[in-house]
Amino acid sequence: MKFLCVECDKVMDFAERQIPGDGTLAAVFTCGSCDREIAMLTNPMETQLISSLGVKIGGREVPAQPMELARTSLEGGRDDAFVLSEDIPLASGESATPGEGASAGTATVGRVVWTPEATGRLERVPSFVRGMVKRIYTDWAREKGVSEITPESMDRARTELGLEGM
Amino acid sequence: MRKIRTYKDVTHDTGSGLLEQVVDQQHRLADRLALVRSVVAVASGKGGVGKSAITANLAAALAGRGLAVGAVDADLNGPSLARMLGVSGARLADRASGVEPAESPSGVRVMSMEFLQQEEDAPLRWREPEMGRFIWQSTLETGVLREFLGDVEWGELDVLLVDVPPGTDKIARLLELVPELDQMLMVTTPSETSRFVVSKSVRMAREAAVGTVALVANMVGHTCPECGHVSELFMGDGVKRLEEESGVPVWAQIPFDPRFGAATDSGTPLVITDPDAPSCHAILALADRVEEQIGIRGRDAVEEVGS
Repeated sequence: MKFLCVECDKVMDFAERQIPGDGTLAAVFTCGSCDREIAMLTNPMETQLISSLGVKIGGREVPAQPMELARTSLEGGRDDAFVLSEDIPLASGESATPGEGASAGTATVGRVVWTPEATGRLERVPSFVRGMVKRIYTDWAREKGVSEITPESMDRARTELGLEGM
Repeated sequence: MRKIRTYKDVTHDTGSGLLEQVVDQQHRLADRLALVRSVVAVASGKGGVGKSAITANLAAALAGRGLAVGAVDADLNGPSLARMLGVSGARLADRASGVEPAESPSGVRVMSMEFLQQEEDAPLRWREPEMGRFIWQSTLETGVLREFLGDVEWGELDVLLVDVPPGTDKIARLLELVPELDQMLMVTTPSETSRFVVSKSVRMAREAAVGTVALVANMVGHTCPECGHVSELFMGDGVKRLEEESGVPVWAQIPFDPRFGAATDSGTPLVITDPDAPSCHAILALADRVEEQIGIRGRDAVEEVGS
């Protein structure tokens, strides 16, 4: 998909992506010659078609996660389908192995610490996608040199990474 | 009238990054399958011919010979392979590098939609708007199948079997994801209706230049357990006609055996519990052909001579 500024005969460059609501996807493109801006608005079906491709207009802020499309699209995903492996920090009450307990409270991996408040917020994420979401936040923290994940840093990550609904 | 340039005329990148993401998906899948010696599809086009039970038994037979075997249930809407291989309800280890498949008691690594669904009797539903589903559903399900193939940590495999649901479109979907498919086993029955339907799939596979296409005839006769009399379940010579008309060889003729289905219903393929059953002889002969075709036997022989 490309947008051509007919007047300048130039391809317009992607500038911004927004999800304003009601299933609309807005992608803004700019002409580098005349600065004209246009916004492409898709209806819910068109938005879903793009989403079904497993791509994001404007590129990904976060690398594709394993089984991301299935996890984010399936209705009625099984709560305990995924076992968090050792490379993912455990949330309170979760266990690495089915049947094992885990201590509640702050969880760490390397230098990244999850505060109880952040862990509590994460626990509100459906368990079907929780491991994936936790990995995204933890990777963001490592990359940014953030040693403690708090609800505030989660908000910051959401904004920076464009994590709608996470 | 002004002349607007075509998409291909315009070489400038818009920065939307869509093409790069699609290419990245393809690379991830290719990298994962690079560790798999051979991808073998078990397909038909026709429903109810026994594809899943044959896949389960073939997988168990190959694993029983010491091969590293994976099995993907490409039937997202009616998954059955996990149940047939005795890993129903398995949980999947979630790693940054991929999802660990379940491992069956017979040593087969399995991925199925069944693992992801909460309720046993729940039909497959996606979260997205109901309206216009026909526009995006096939795209979404192809993407999920891509994840089953590419986001699962299969490791090094000798064979990855793919149980393909009915419909030639499902075969086309798989070929789009795995264009260099090594083998496609087309399961059919002696019935004329089966010949009619399966012939379309055979043609599709041949036109797609699949490495090897072979027929597997299922439910070929029934031997009475009391008197040994062999009776035909289907009138007609559909298998023979299909073989002659398509030039595709028959690799196995599997007699009907009620225990075959009962065993997979219980989660243990019959080839494990009663390998001497006539139906299992046919499965083992099929496993021979599959092995020969992918050159595993040849490789082993070379290794033995060299050691």
